[in-house]
Amino acid sequence: MINKFTATALTTLALALPAQAQNFDDPVEFAKQKDMLGAAANGDATTPWLQYYGDVMADTSGYKKDGPHTICFSNAGVNNPWRVVGWNTMQAEVEQHDNIAEFVVTDAEGSDDKQIADIEDLLAGGTCDALIVSPNTTAALTPAVEKACEQLPVIVFDRGVNTDCPVTFIKPVGGYGFGIQSGEFIAANAPEGSDVLMLRILPGVDVLETRYSAAKRILEEAGLNIVGAEFTDGDRAKTKAIVEDYIQRGNQLGAVWMDAGATSVAAIEAFEDMGLDVPIVTGEDQQDFLQKWQEIGMNTIAPTYPTYQWRTPILAALKILDGEAIPGPEWNLPQPAITNDNLGDFVNASMPPLHYAACGCEGMPGYPERWGGK
Amino acid sequence: MNIPRPKNLAALAPFLLLLAAIAVYVSVAIATGQTQYLTAENLLGLLGRSIALGITAIGQTFAILIASIDLSVANLISVSAVLASSIMSGDPSMMLPAIAAVLAVGVVVGLINGLVITQFEVNPLIATLGMALILQGLLSATFNNFAGEVPEEFQVFAYGQVGGISISLIFLIALTVAAWVFLRFTRAGSNIYSVGGNPDASKLAGMRTTRVVIMAHVICSVCATIAGLYLASRLRSGAPWIGRDGVYDLESIAVVVIGGTALSGGRGGVWGTLMGVMIFSLIDSIFNIAGVDAFAKQILRGVIIVAAVAVYAVRSRRIEA
Amino acid sequence: MMARLKQINPVFLVLALLFVAIAILSPYFLQPAGYMNFLKRAAPIAILAVGQLYVINSGGFDLSAGALVTLTVIGSSILLDGDASATWWVILAMLGVGVIVGAVNALVVSWLKVPSIIATLGMMITLSGIALTWSGGAPRGYLPENFRFFGRYLIKDLPLIKILPVAVIVMVVVCVAMWWLMHRTNYGKRLIAMGDNPKAALLAGVPLTETRIVAFVMSSVSAVLAGILLGGFAGVSTDVGVGLELQAITAAVIGGAQLLGGRGTVGATIAGALVLQAMFTLLNILGFPKPIRDVVQGLILISAVVIAGYRRRRSGG
Repeated sequence: MINKFTATALTTLALALPAQAQNFDDPVEFAKQKDMLGAAANGDATTPWLQYYGDVMADTSGYKKDGPHTICFSNAGVNNPWRVVGWNTMQAEVEQHDNIAEFVVTDAEGSDDKQIADIEDLLAGGTCDALIVSPNTTAALTPAVEKACEQLPVIVFDRGVNTDCPVTFIKPVGGYGFGIQSGEFIAANAPEGSDVLMLRILPGVDVLETRYSAAKRILEEAGLNIVGAEFTDGDRAKTKAIVEDYIQRGNQLGAVWMDAGATSVAAIEAFEDMGLDVPIVTGEDQQDFLQKWQEIGMNTIAPTYPTYQWRTPILAALKILDGEAIPGPEWNLPQPAITNDNLGDFVNASMPPLHYAACGCEGMPGYPERWGGK
Repeated sequence: MNIPRPKNLAALAPFLLLLAAIAVYVSVAIATGQTQYLTAENLLGLLGRSIALGITAIGQTFAILIASIDLSVANLISVSAVLASSIMSGDPSMMLPAIAAVLAVGVVVGLINGLVITQFEVNPLIATLGMALILQGLLSATFNNFAGEVPEEFQVFAYGQVGGISISLIFLIALTVAAWVFLRFTRAGSNIYSVGGNPDASKLAGMRTTRVVIMAHVICSVCATIAGLYLASRLRSGAPWIGRDGVYDLESIAVVVIGGTALSGGRGGVWGTLMGVMIFSLIDSIFNIAGVDAFAKQILRGVIIVAAVAVYAVRSRRIEA
Repeated sequence: MMARLKQINPVFLVLALLFVAIAILSPYFLQPAGYMNFLKRAAPIAILAVGQLYVINSGGFDLSAGALVTLTVIGSSILLDGDASATWWVILAMLGVGVIVGAVNALVVSWLKVPSIIATLGMMITLSGIALTWSGGAPRGYLPENFRFFGRYLIKDLPLIKILPVAVIVMVVVCVAMWWLMHRTNYGKRLIAMGDNPKAALLAGVPLTETRIVAFVMSSVSAVLAGILLGGFAGVSTDVGVGLELQAITAAVIGGAQLLGGRGTVGATIAGALVLQAMFTLLNILGFPKPIRDVVQGLILISAVVIAGYRRRRSGG
């Protein structure tokens, strides 16, 4: 039901304000990622965190230095289970390399302001040979990254910034790809014209914004009715309350599209608790979602944003400091999707429910205890 | 009539706390062998991490001095940042109108807060809490992402430097000095202390206490909007969550209180507040240098707030609520 | 009849009006699935509000309640880590933590003479620091099904009402117990005397410190119970308690509790919590987005206090 108050307010504001500074709905990038999803990646498929698409490389001979090295990492935070798994994986990777003398880490606890200050601190410390950054949000962290690029080689991964000064930007195929995978699945499997609720974690992060815009485009083109797009802060309690509210309003939801999988089970439970059939609820490679999927026999898809991407920046940093060429300015990793066909490969009951299956961590030091498994 | 301000140990306490914090900072830096953090530049930079908190806290000092409180500052900061950023939208010629608009909003919000508290006799906690919710709701209903953009010329507020010292730091010090001069040397300033310390006596002495309360709240809100301008400059844009992210409402109350200003009003001042900001910054940095879990510092902060207030209040024999 | 009506706390009338409005707009609520779900969602807030009432009646505030809810959910989740056999001792442990937190709050106020706003503010910051440090900032561990039983399970196939959420049973039991303590014991009388006029109460022999301890412990224990219900409802969450203490204070104030002392009744407070939940539900049915609910909550809060102030002055209180 369109709320007149909000509609009027928003229209007035939309007319009064200029367009957004960043463009998260770029058809060119959309097409590029769609192609990548169908293409074959270079490199060994058993080590997907080293694979890449295309053949554009960055010349790093100018950064060659003698080891051992000090590698610095400005982390946006470990405030969701995906990041927790990624961070554990990265630490395990660091342990595997003798020529990393020191690994200096700052945690911005999910605050842009703090991360800007953290990067300033790391630069002031003067001991970093290379800087890895996982930015909290895209626009706010751009000046800090630009400043850092002037002093040392910078690697950005996971979320991006609005500058291409870093040596490389590591990510799986991308947000558009993620949105395409889940959007196309819903378009193909939900009844014609049914209602879809879109749930998002938070705004301002490029890889999440692009997931949303890509899926929205596909769902609208397929004639589905998007009844709402809400922010959940990645929180279960909020997610469940939002879904319940929409059901209470009388919406017969044919699908719930989610831009990530940490709270998919909460959305599923909302339907279960109200005694309704569970429609298509998309997720991610988090174990509790995969196990629930298997248990109740759903028809759904889990695109992944593999946590093995946390291994790559360490390897990239070492290669840069060795003067070895690496894919750049973008390093695109494979981005597999889980469907009923390959679900069995990813479900693992001995790993904790909040563990992400595509972590590439099976052979690493401390597995499975470091990741909470038995 | 000048209400004499107590010159006893309580007034020195924030300064002693600050010295203790500095001592811990220095020893941790030396102990972990990271003496590069002990340069004058770095120590000055410490305060630089908390400019937004400092500006907000100066304003909050005025509210607490009159035995009131303002819980709406965090959301007002968000409103101010988003509004400034949207109006400017990258255009340098719109800087002044944006600043004017934002300050006007501050005045209006402060006025409303003050009026609700004085005319409707609503407890300040509830009044400003209600305002916070209203601001939060209005903001979130219209914006859900970064809005607009701040032009390069305005970014100078947060990133600019003069003679090696950041402009924002100079601004903070200047603001503190201005506030101190106002409180110490003007009639309006001493009225604030009177109304806070003894509202009944002030009324009997013929003071327009309502005006004083409203003025204090306007000052508090305007400071919050200035903090919002600073943050818009620093993050290059404004977003509806930046006030909440920084927890500026509770933290500004905390640093004011640690700085020796009593919640019951009438005692304390802005220099104590600045020391409180410095103490919190030092705690932040101590934890960073020592490599201790950043979340653990929250625990320490909570304890320090209670301990500091306990120290200041232990001499009071009032039966507390 | 009008004279009788004027004496009834307006909150009950408002609640009745809201229920009628909701039922008209959405017949779904006249069915057991509808109104039982409403009560299930309202249960944690009702419990929290009554706990908060104890502290408000003693003349103070408990701002640490929300953080304690979060700590309960996170702590239980990490300690249990999916192990159903440990549920009972973890629940006991959490209740124990609640008692300790409440006692500490009360003692800081009584012995250290720190105003309750600051004391509970400091406790709130400390508790959320503990929750964050323990969990590292992200949800960890997992809540097993038998823990989630309280917040999530529905007893089905009952005559007439069809389903009964366990959460509603918990709410009724807890609220009746807290009502009895407040309105049927000498303790309750002492509490209200203390909030009304601490000096007079002290002179009359009311043991202020002990009374305060019980009040704050009631608030903290109710926070733990609310945490158990909320953890059951949605599972692990690091944000679950945010803003809850303010909702609880709002509910109590709507019910007529007077800040800085005395007056509030358990029944009216529960009605206040239901009014808040009903307001949110009404806004939801009308299609208003969450932010508007915040605006409404703010307006309600201020209006409730203003109205209560007028009533008080008119009746010469």
